Amino acid sequence: MPARVDPPLALLAELTHRCPLACPYCSNPVNLERAAGELSEQDWRRVLAEAAALGVLQVHFSGGEPMARRDLLALIGEANGLGLYSNLITSGALGGAREIEAFAKAGLKHVQLSFQDFSADNGDRIAGLSGAHDRKTRFAEAVRAAGLPLTLNLVVHRQNLDGVPQMIEMALKLGARRVEIAHVQYYAWAFANRAALLPTRRQLDQATEAVEAARQRLKGVLTIDYVVPDYHGVRPKSCMSGWGRQFINIMPSGIAVPCHAAETLPGIAFPSVRTNSLSDIWHESDAFNRFRGTDWMAEPCRSCDRREIDWGGCRCQAFLLAGDAGRTDPVCTLSPDHSVVAAAVQEAEGLPPAFVYRRYSNAPTSTRPSGEPNRQRPG
Amino acid sequence: MMDRLVVSAESVLNFAPHIVFRFDEVRKRWIILAPERLMLPDEQAVEILQLVDGKTGVSGIVDSLAARYSQAPRDLIAKDVTAMLQDLADKGCLAGAGPG
Repeated sequence: MPARVDPPLALLAELTHRCPLACPYCSNPVNLERAAGELSEQDWRRVLAEAAALGVLQVHFSGGEPMARRDLLALIGEANGLGLYSNLITSGALGGAREIEAFAKAGLKHVQLSFQDFSADNGDRIAGLSGAHDRKTRFAEAVRAAGLPLTLNLVVHRQNLDGVPQMIEMALKLGARRVEIAHVQYYAWAFANRAALLPTRRQLDQATEAVEAARQRLKGVLTIDYVVPDYHGVRPKSCMSGWGRQFINIMPSGIAVPCHAAETLPGIAFPSVRTNSLSDIWHESDAFNRFRGTDWMAEPCRSCDRREIDWGGCRCQAFLLAGDAGRTDPVCTLSPDHSVVAAAVQEAEGLPPAFVYRRYSNAPTSTRPSGEPNRQRPG
Repeated sequence: MMDRLVVSAESVLNFAPHIVFRFDEVRKRWIILAPERLMLPDEQAVEILQLVDGKTGVSGIVDSLAARYSQAPRDLIAKDVTAMLQDLADKGCLAGAGPG
């Protein structure tokens, strides 16, 4: 553990897991928290105050759908009063102009709005909710009418990736200054749906080319943040910019984790804001110190000149694919476990299976990707 | 769709709405907060940004800095200032405040 730990930059406040959408790549855990298990408004007010005192600069109100919480307006006001820069990460499927205007007045600084595709038909199919796309479009208009900056978030995968150029046009038309085109990351629901979501290499290369061309053309007009699927990469992503280096994520139940998937790691007791202060959690807890810095690393990370760039990649992915959170992220071609990833990429050339939609009643019982039997399908 | 803001000597700039440029007491340094983004301007950038007020043109900012650093050629200061402001404008942090 490093001698001195810098304060966190951002707090991801997952207010709830409730959401009207059922996207099959949702980053929420497969065992979704029910409303009765959520932190209270008073708890969240205390967490926000502790976060500001600890040095957190930005708070991201997220979920599930954070607008499912009636106290969201109050929490935005509280964050603003504490000097925290607040972002709303929303599906846009609940509420509209009235709520957005109130949020803007309370000090909200920015809205990140998800779309599932540029076309309403495919977007609604992926979201598992008819009419969602049109509601999102009206929501985007309300955000701009309230004078708030808008980022569109498009999670991309093999079933919408070919529409990247149209997604960029949609972002321009809706008045966004920024668009995030982010490939699915394979954890939780997305891991269960991996064979339905992982794009082929050819699809990926075409999309990357479209993004690069648009970046040139739209410099200073639209910022395009692009996240490639790490399965197709050579070196791992710098997951969360390193464990416990910049981010704290609070789950609806109050459990604090260094990233939204970390709760799946066995043998780590993640602390709760119900019983611990945020400062204790950040500086003292075993959970946040477990993979901090580089001391925990084994080879090939330990002697790698990228160890403080990649930070070993993702701990959750190491556990998920190699069975041990302390190993090198298997997406790295230097990892001894890399063949697991290569096999999944190979599988992507086959036919995609049906989605397992994200619903309370739909939790996959196995942690194996559901697509495997599908390799036997003709095609 | 909006046009790109091109920074010139005549530009009068201000911070875009929802951009926060402030001193952070925890880290003891100036920061720029933008949507889901934190920027850490270096000392030189901080000096320039403290002169961005929605009234002074870029050439006026350069004049102030040239007076402060009389050993540096004004042309060089103008080039650095314009490049730095253009970079921030391209990141959506600055907006035009007047004609030009």
